[in-house]
Amino acid sequence: MMRLPKLAVSSPESIEEAAGLLAELGDRAVVLSGGTDLIPNLKRHQLTVDTVVLLGRIDDLEGIRVEDDAVHIGARTTLRAIVDSELVPPVVARAAGEVASPTIQNQGTIGGNLCVDTRCFWLNVTDLWRQAAEPCLKADGDTCWVAPAKQHCWAVSSSDLAPVLVALDSSVTLVGSGGTRTMPLADLYVDDGIAYLTKSPDEIITAVTIPIDRGLDVTYHKLRRRGSVDFPILGVAAAVRRDDAGVCTEARIVLGAVASAPLRAVEAEAALVGEPFGAASIAAAAEAARKLARPLYNTDLTSRYRKRMVPVFVRRALEELAAR
Amino acid sequence: MSGRGRGHGAVGRAAGRVDSLGQVTGRTIYADDLMLPRTVTAKLLRSPHAHARIVKVDTTAAAAHPGVHAVLVGTDLPIKYGILPVSQDENALAIEKVRYVGEPVAAVAAADPETADEALALIEVEYEALPDVTSIEEALDPSHPLIHGEGTGANVDRETSLEFGDVKEGFAQADHIQEDTYFFQGNTHAALEPHATVASMGDDGRLTVWSSTQVPHYLHRILAKVLELPAGQIRVIATAVGGGFGGKTDIFSHEIVAARLARTVGRPVKITLTREDVFYAHRGRHPVLMKVRTGFTTEGRITAMSFRSYLDGGAYGSYGAASLLYTGQLQTTTYSIPRYQFQGVRVFTNKPPCGPKRGHGTPQGRFAIEAHLDRAAEALGIDPVALRRRNLVEPFSHTVNHLRITSCGLAECLDRVTEASSFDDKHTSLPAGRGIGVAVGAYLSGAGFPIYFNDMPQSEVMLKVDRGGGVTVFSMAADCGQGSTTMLATVVAEVLGLEPGDLSVVTADTDLTPIDLGSYSSRVTFMAGNAALEAAQRLLEEVLEAVAAELGVDTDLLSAEDGSIIVDDNPDKGVTWTEAVQLAMAQSGALVTSGSYKTPEGISGRYRGAGVGPTPAYSYTACVAEVTCDPDTGFVTVDQVWLAHDIGKALNPLLAEGQIEGSVHMALGEVLMEEQAFLRNGLHRGPSLLDYKIPTILEMPPVESFIIETDDPEGPFGAKEVGQGALLPVIPAVVNAVHDALGIRIDETPVRPDTVVTALADLAKGGSGRVGPTSLPDHEFPPLYRVEPPANSPGAAS
Repeated sequence: MMRLPKLAVSSPESIEEAAGLLAELGDRAVVLSGGTDLIPNLKRHQLTVDTVVLLGRIDDLEGIRVEDDAVHIGARTTLRAIVDSELVPPVVARAAGEVASPTIQNQGTIGGNLCVDTRCFWLNVTDLWRQAAEPCLKADGDTCWVAPAKQHCWAVSSSDLAPVLVALDSSVTLVGSGGTRTMPLADLYVDDGIAYLTKSPDEIITAVTIPIDRGLDVTYHKLRRRGSVDFPILGVAAAVRRDDAGVCTEARIVLGAVASAPLRAVEAEAALVGEPFGAASIAAAAEAARKLARPLYNTDLTSRYRKRMVPVFVRRALEELAAR
Repeated sequence: MSGRGRGHGAVGRAAGRVDSLGQVTGRTIYADDLMLPRTVTAKLLRSPHAHARIVKVDTTAAAAHPGVHAVLVGTDLPIKYGILPVSQDENALAIEKVRYVGEPVAAVAAADPETADEALALIEVEYEALPDVTSIEEALDPSHPLIHGEGTGANVDRETSLEFGDVKEGFAQADHIQEDTYFFQGNTHAALEPHATVASMGDDGRLTVWSSTQVPHYLHRILAKVLELPAGQIRVIATAVGGGFGGKTDIFSHEIVAARLARTVGRPVKITLTREDVFYAHRGRHPVLMKVRTGFTTEGRITAMSFRSYLDGGAYGSYGAASLLYTGQLQTTTYSIPRYQFQGVRVFTNKPPCGPKRGHGTPQGRFAIEAHLDRAAEALGIDPVALRRRNLVEPFSHTVNHLRITSCGLAECLDRVTEASSFDDKHTSLPAGRGIGVAVGAYLSGAGFPIYFNDMPQSEVMLKVDRGGGVTVFSMAADCGQGSTTMLATVVAEVLGLEPGDLSVVTADTDLTPIDLGSYSSRVTFMAGNAALEAAQRLLEEVLEAVAAELGVDTDLLSAEDGSIIVDDNPDKGVTWTEAVQLAMAQSGALVTSGSYKTPEGISGRYRGAGVGPTPAYSYTACVAEVTCDPDTGFVTVDQVWLAHDIGKALNPLLAEGQIEGSVHMALGEVLMEEQAFLRNGLHRGPSLLDYKIPTILEMPPVESFIIETDDPEGPFGAKEVGQGALLPVIPAVVNAVHDALGIRIDETPVRPDTVVTALADLAKGGSGRVGPTSLPDHEFPPLYRVEPPANSPGAAS
C-alpha cells in the first residue's frame, strides 16, 4: 500500500478559523473534505503540504435547501446526498451520480468535485514514475510532456458537476480571511492546468447556489471508457430555452474535460439562439463546438478521438433536449 | 475400482467451496495479514531507467538511517535464477544493468514502512543510461544494443522453426489461400491481492517463507539455489492466494529478498507489493505479432497452415520459452490440419517481463486463427460455423505435430452455443450495428511435462485418518482461487462416502505436504485429482478389508456410503465410518495412504519443442458473442455470451460455471480494453487500476454456460480442465461479432472505441475498414526442422 506522508491535522470549529489557518500556513496547508481526490494525490506526492485542515466540525457546510428561487447546497454535502435529493435539478443529481463510482460518491463532496485537481497521465503517477519521466511542469519540473514546446500546463479539468453547474448559471460562495464573496461559478475557473482556480489559497468554498429555472432544459452527457469509476474524458452540459414557437432563445453549452477549465462553447450557443431548435441548428452547434475543443493526449483514449466525439456528444445532448 | 466408493454424490453436485466461509467473511489469512512478533518491513528500490548501466550504488546513508535493519544490493544475491532451466537470467536485485523501469535494484528492511521509504530515498544509485529497445521491430533490428550481453545485435531470446509434413505440397493442393496478420496487445493479470511475502528464521535455524504463490515447490527449489541452502533447511508455505491467473507462478525478487533479509536481520521480514509494483512484476500476456496463412479446398477443407509469431518478451526469459511454443502448438488440437508450419521468435525488450496468464500463450494464436477462419469463410462463401465443423479434429487421434487427442466434445460445444444463440438466424442478418460471432478453442489439462526434467510424479496426495474417523488430505496444490482445495476434498469424499466439508485439507506446505508442481497449466484437477483418487481408493481398500474380516463377508459386497460401510443387500449389518477406520487401525496400525500421478507415455513427439503442448487431455470450448456497436462513438457493448466447455466431467458444476464466467470477464477485458501499454522510454502508460481498464460489473453481459461432459478415460471421474480454456474463444468471438455488426476488421486487440471509429472512417472513405499490423519485422528464422506426421493423424501418409 502507498503511504500518506506525515501530516498535521487541524480541525477548526468555524469557517473563519479555517480561513485564518489557511492564510497563516499558505501553501503548507490544504483543505481536506471527502478526500477522494486529495488522499491519492498526497500519497503520490503530487503536492507537498504539512497540514490538512478538516471541515468536519464546522456547522452549516452540509445540506440542501431551497430559498429565494434557488437551491443552496453546502460545500461539504456528499455527492450521494445530491444523487438522492429531490430538491436539486434532476440533471445535477444525474451528474453527481456519474462521478467516479458509488463508493466515491458516498465519500466525495460537491465542494471537492468543483475543486478537483486537474489531471494528466504525466502527473497522476508515483514519484518513481515521475522520476523516470522527469517531472513535468505541474510537478515542479521544466517541461510539459504533453506539449513540450510551450511553457503551459494542459492538465484536464475533470469535474462532472462543474460543466453542469456552469450551464445552470450557478454561483459559489467563498469565505476567506478577507471576508465572504459570491461569484458566478464560471469565474472560479481558469484554463491553466496549474493555477486552475481563481480562488485565493485561503478561501474555502462554503456553498453552491443554483437558480431554479423551470423554463430551461438541461442535460449532461459524459464520455468515459466504463460505466463507472472513470473520470470524464469529455463532458457536455447543454441548457436550452425555447419560446412557444420552438425557437431557441437562450443556450449554454459547456464542455468538460477537454481543457483545464470547463469551456463555454459560445459559438455553438450562438448557432442555436434565434433559430428553430432542430436538426439544422443542432448540427451547426455541434460543428462549432468541435472547432473549439482542442483536447491533447493526456488522459484516456486518443486526443483525435476525443475531439471527434465533441460534435457527437453535443449533438446527442441537444437532440435529447429537442425530444423533450 | 472407483465403482467401489459409490459415495453419495459429492462428485457432480453444485456445492459451495469448502473454504468459502473465511473468504466471504474476510477471515481468510492472506500473506499480508500475517503478523509475526518483531516483524520488520522491507521495500524495494526500483529503477527509473528502462535500460542503464549501474555505475555505483551507495547505501551508506540508508544503512546509517535510524530504524534501518539492513540494506541489500544486487551483489548480495549474486546467483542467477529463472523459472525455466533454460532461462537462468535474473538476479533478485539488478547487478551491472537495469533492463526495465521498475526493476528492483536494492532493498531495505526497516522498523516500519515510513522508515523503509525514507531509507530507499537515501540510497544513491549512479546510472549510465543506455538506448532502450521497446518494440519487437527495434528488438529484431541488429543495430540496437543488446539487452543481455554487450554491444549491438538482434535481441532474440528464443526461436523455433518447425514443419510437420510437406507444407508446400499442402498449399499446392489448396483452391484458396488466406493470409492475414494480427497483433495481440499485452495485458496483465491484475489479481485483487498484490503479491506479499513473509520470511522468518525459526529458533531451530530453519527458514520459513510464507508467500502468495501458485508454485510453492518451484519457490522452494529456487530459494535453495539462490540462498545456497539445503532444501531441507527451508520451508515454503503458500498462503491463501487472492487471485493468481498465472501472475503468481513465477519466482519474484521480493520473495528472495524477504528470505535473504530474514536471515540477515534475524527477525521476520514482510514485503507487500503496491499495485504499481505488481504492474512491474507483471509476467503477464505477451504482446504477439502474428501471420497466419492457410490453404483451403473449395469445400473448405484445410490443406495446410503456416503460422508465424513474434513475441515481445520484456526484459527476462521467465516462462517465455514455453510461451513462444504455446502461441503455435495448439492450433492443431481443434482443427484437422494435415500440414503445418510454425515459426516463432521471442525477443527481449526493456519492459517488465512477460510470462503466463490464463491460457498461457494460446489466446494470442487462437485470436489470430479464429479471426482468420472467419475471413476465409467469407472468401469461400461458407458459413463460419460450417467451415469450422468441416475441419474439426477427431476424438482419440493424433495431430500432425504429434499431440495426442483423447476425449473431444468440440462438435457438441459448437452445436450447443450456436443453437442457444440462434447463430444461424442472426449471423449477417441482425440490424445495422448489431452482430454475432463464433469461435472455438482447446486447452491443456496440465502441461505434459514438469518445468525441470525428472521422472518423478507430477503430483502426490497423502491421506491420514484420525481415530475419530476424521480424514486429512495432504497436497502441495496451492489454491489460487480456482477451488483446488474443494476439488481434493470432493474427490476423496466421493470415494470414502463422506461429505467434502467433513474433510480437513492441508495444502501447499513443503514441510507437510507431498509434491504438487503448482497451480498452473490447469493441471491440478487432472493430476492432483488423480493422485487423490488413487490415495482414497487405497485407503478405502484397507478399510474394507478390515470390515470384511470383522463381519465375515467378502469385500466385494461392501460399499462406502453416507458415512458408513454398508453391506450390499443387508443394510442392518454395516458399520459406521469411524468404527470401520478403528477396525483398520486395530488390524494394521497407522491408517495412512498415498497416491500419485504421472503423465502417460506417448502423448508427445520427439522433436525439439515437442515438450510444450502435450497434455493428458484437452478441454474444448466454443463461444458465441452478440454485440451492439455504436457507430458514432465506436463503443462495443457485449449483449450476451454463450459458452460451452467440454471439461470431461464437472466435479462441482457451481465452481465450473464460476470458472467459465470469470474467464468470460477476463476475456472481455482483454478484447475490449485492457492493455499493458507503454509510453516513450519504457514508461508504463498507467500502472494503476484507474488507468488500466478492467470491465466493471456494468460491462459484464449475461453468460449462458453449458458444461459438456465427455467422460475422459484418464481424468479423475472423467474430469478435464476448466477455467483457462474458457477464455480462449471469447476474444475472437467478439472480434468476429464486431465485423458482423459493422463490416470492419479489427485485427488487433484491444478493440477500443477509437480503433473502431478509425476503421469506420476508413470504410466510409472507401477503404477496407481494417485496423491492424501492416508489416512484419525483418527477421530470418532458422531453417525449418521437418517432422513427419504420426500415424492416425490427419497428415499421415495414406
